[in-house]
Amino acid sequence: MSNPFASRTGITVVGFAIGITATLLQYFGNPPNMGICVACFERDIAGGLGLHRAAVVQYIRPEIIGFVIGAFIAALLAKEYRPRGGSAPLVRFFLGVFAMIGALVFLGCPWRALLRLAGGDWNAMTGLAGLATGIGAGVLFLKSGYSLGRAQTQKPAAGTLFPVFMAGLFLLLVFQVTFSEGGPIFFSQKGPGSQHAPLLISLGAGLLVGAIAQRSRFCTMGALRDVILLRDFHLMSGVAGLLVAAFAMNFILGQFKPGFASQPIAHTDHLWNFLGMALAGLAFALAGGCPGRQLFLSGEGDLDAGIFALGMIVGAGVSHNFAMASSPAGAAAFGPAGVIVGFIFCLAVGFTMRERA
Amino acid sequence: MSATRVDARGLSCPQPVVLTSKAIEAGAESLEVLVDNEVSKENVLRLAKRHKMQTSVHEEGPDIVIEIKT
Repeated sequence: MSNPFASRTGITVVGFAIGITATLLQYFGNPPNMGICVACFERDIAGGLGLHRAAVVQYIRPEIIGFVIGAFIAALLAKEYRPRGGSAPLVRFFLGVFAMIGALVFLGCPWRALLRLAGGDWNAMTGLAGLATGIGAGVLFLKSGYSLGRAQTQKPAAGTLFPVFMAGLFLLLVFQVTFSEGGPIFFSQKGPGSQHAPLLISLGAGLLVGAIAQRSRFCTMGALRDVILLRDFHLMSGVAGLLVAAFAMNFILGQFKPGFASQPIAHTDHLWNFLGMALAGLAFALAGGCPGRQLFLSGEGDLDAGIFALGMIVGAGVSHNFAMASSPAGAAAFGPAGVIVGFIFCLAVGFTMRERA
Repeated sequence: MSATRVDARGLSCPQPVVLTSKAIEAGAESLEVLVDNEVSKENVLRLAKRHKMQTSVHEEGPDIVIEIKT
């Protein structure tokens, strides 16, 4: 095959590389069991921009910027840059909002669920079980003809918008502009938002992961979906690679601390860990990709994926402003309500949006 | 016998594979699948390989046509 990354070996190696990169980022300063977490890092960006005022989770994460721009460059070089969009953008925006609300009840995206497991945080197991359940529900919709409709080809310049937006965030990060007294850009002085690897290491890691993930089509949601839907283990070998590499690296770096209680940036509310991730999984399945994959797609010109990512960033603001995001103490006051509203929305989307064959 | 035509252009992952899979399960022995991107092409080819079917690929303008035969 002309694209070696798209082979079984290719995707396994990519998963392995992501596992190593993520655990090394923790070693270099990123929060524990959060070397790379797309949901958490988009939430930190939302905080940095002042879309929420949770003071401990505000930072413009260069990894996210790197993901999009790395995928953009890789797609350009491989002649796969192809601006497209127009497949129910507003529906995708709200899928992003509710995906984030669910992920922040659990406290992590699928990538972080894997990294938490690899760090010995056994609460990740209920989260991953929820994720699989949500994706399983999404598969039932896909089997019965669920579709958000076709995307159309867009003008070449349109696809550069999301990478340019990311470049703009990078400038805000580098110059740390203060827009008003006590105003944005916010940078956490303590808490997870203050824990980060050096800027260039984070950016480099993001660019690398963005490029190889674009080439290999690495997707954690797709991995579970393809196993359930098609008995196809191709993408799952990437997830397995990530998990094995992260386990090994955590042992080597002394980052493996097994147990349920007192895990970093996690809680032991099993019911809401499960349901939060189930909501996220369903939303990812309906939108066609995990949060990481949506960023790589937006880099290669998928405007709808860009809309989903923006939905997640706004969703993070909503989640923290309306007391829905969990804390290490457990689910927040309005977290369960947010998850229930999210389920109602996702089920309505699943039942009403379908192609008549 | 004419080939069953599956138009999966503009559809996002995994719909091209789902539509192709449904056509194969419905008993189609000869298929023509239209896609418009590399990822869909790779996925459909992987599906055909799992069904141990013959494939050939050619381009028609901006589209990719995948012919699948038992």
